[in-house]
Amino acid sequence: MNRWGRENRALKTVLVAASFAFVALFLVLPLCQVLWKAFEFGVRPFWDSVSDTYTAKALKLSIITTVLAVACNTLFGLCAAWAVTRFSFPGKGFLVTLIDIPFAVSPVIAGLVFIMTFGRLGWAYPFLTEHDIKIVFAVPGLVLATIFVTFPFVAREIIPVLTARGTDEEEAAVLMGAGLFRTFRSVTLPHIRWALLYGVILCTARAMGEFGAVSVVSGHLRGRTNTLPLHIEILFREYHTLQSFSAAAILVATAVLLLVARNIVEGISRKDADCHVR
Amino acid sequence: MKKTLALILAPALALGLFALIPASQALSDSAELTNVSYDPTRELYDEYNKAFAAYYKDKTGNDLEIVQSHGGSSKQARTVIEGNEADVVTLALAIDITAIEEAGLIKPGWQSEFPGNSSPYTSTIVFLVRKGNPKGIKDWDDLAKDGIGVITPNPKTSGGARWNYLAAWAFADAKFSHDEAQVTAFIKKIFDNVLVLDTGARGSTNTFVQNGQGDVLLAWENEAYLALAETPGQFEIVAPPTSILAEPPVAIVDSNVDKKGTRELATEYLNYLYSDEGQRISGKHFYRPSNKAIAEEFKDVFVLNMKLITIDDPLFGGWGPAQAKHFNDGGVFDQIYTR
Repeated sequence: MNRWGRENRALKTVLVAASFAFVALFLVLPLCQVLWKAFEFGVRPFWDSVSDTYTAKALKLSIITTVLAVACNTLFGLCAAWAVTRFSFPGKGFLVTLIDIPFAVSPVIAGLVFIMTFGRLGWAYPFLTEHDIKIVFAVPGLVLATIFVTFPFVAREIIPVLTARGTDEEEAAVLMGAGLFRTFRSVTLPHIRWALLYGVILCTARAMGEFGAVSVVSGHLRGRTNTLPLHIEILFREYHTLQSFSAAAILVATAVLLLVARNIVEGISRKDADCHVR
Repeated sequence: MKKTLALILAPALALGLFALIPASQALSDSAELTNVSYDPTRELYDEYNKAFAAYYKDKTGNDLEIVQSHGGSSKQARTVIEGNEADVVTLALAIDITAIEEAGLIKPGWQSEFPGNSSPYTSTIVFLVRKGNPKGIKDWDDLAKDGIGVITPNPKTSGGARWNYLAAWAFADAKFSHDEAQVTAFIKKIFDNVLVLDTGARGSTNTFVQNGQGDVLLAWENEAYLALAETPGQFEIVAPPTSILAEPPVAIVDSNVDKKGTRELATEYLNYLYSDEGQRISGKHFYRPSNKAIAEEFKDVFVLNMKLITIDDPLFGGWGPAQAKHFNDGGVFDQIYTR
């Protein structure tokens, strides 16, 4: 017993040290490098790079795309999770699998699919030009591409919670005469709110940084369809190292903030769950 | 709980409306022009667009916004074909514009629409060597000597690298008086000296400049000057007596300007590249002005008496035949570079 304990402690130390070393070496260090590069010459040059017209426009565009994509995916995630856990219908398992497609498919393919659909050679193009709608190489294309890539995040967080809860309370509510919307609002939503928020945060983090799919449908029109990640890459390739890393620092800061928010939400939801159990 | 949902959705809707604002702004009377260009012209067009907007404002009293896009030349052409609504394209190679022409967006004959094969500026391939030129590299035959480390991108994947290859070919053709067997052997020797064959021009520049590999980098003149400016005192440029003349072309995208009613503006935009001011701006950014008098003003920067051979020289017969003979699968390059 004693020997076991000692060996386990040794094993534990090694594992913990290895984990920390890995995280430090491959995750934390590169991010610190970004921040260091951004502030290498002080705050003033950093601020000048970030307040450059095109960087500011790229940031604004990234925020707009992210908010729209997250809003869509939140709505969709709620509907899909509700449908999958509260009703039974043929092809349900299949639908759940389909939701995960964006996890498996390369973002480049997502972008190309939109080009082949809405681009000049795509089948929807005649209809779009007739009605003067622009999708690819314009903001709607960026939003669509981002939606595709961040599709599963919200639904994936809610489904397990709803499944674990079961349908008893909702059935009770319906029996007591509550309408569908009332049931959803007063019974279902309180159970899933933290999972929902958690999903939204993850979704936001992923949407802000999306590169691959957006790169394909963007057309790189500076000040128009250049999101922050695309802009960072262009700046870097054009030898504007300081500007590039300054812009990257914004993304890193956003990511850190979102992670902090995620941890807070996780903490609250655990406390919340404990209260319910008691 | 309603609050949480409202917290998420309210800003979303607000920003959604916000996103519509630029669209409505576009309806106002200030003119707009989209120029889809390639990677190394970013600084050039940054300055040129400001100059042209000022000129336009002076002339018409209207504001002009020029939207710029940069990327790999062929990739950029592809986005225009797929529906990126460029008014003008200013790309690296005529074949990229020909691709847009073949898609039906540009009318045939675009290359005679503007002076000098529709190339307002030209460039050539030069050598970038380490400070003091320790290996004494002066001309193409120095690249074939033993113990010289050459850096160039792969002609199979990089447009720029094809120019490097063809420039060497032009030199060898003159040296060996058209004896193709000897020319091929000479090119093979140069490529045997290649240390790293990157996929793109920027990759090669990094290999040479940042990673310190090799004795000589074959590069675009404008790229070489850019690298020189980035790392003062470490490198120098050697202009070989013979090289190739690259003519990056410009064109109006007919379908798009007709749709948007911007033909007149687009024509003026490209014409102004040939004005004294436009020519000086291209010279300042290390593209050779096509106007001889303006080029003369830059004689301290460019070696103007180089013998420059164009791709349309009978030796190559234009891009189509050159591509087929040298770079297609099983072509001359595949035969000499079998590693």
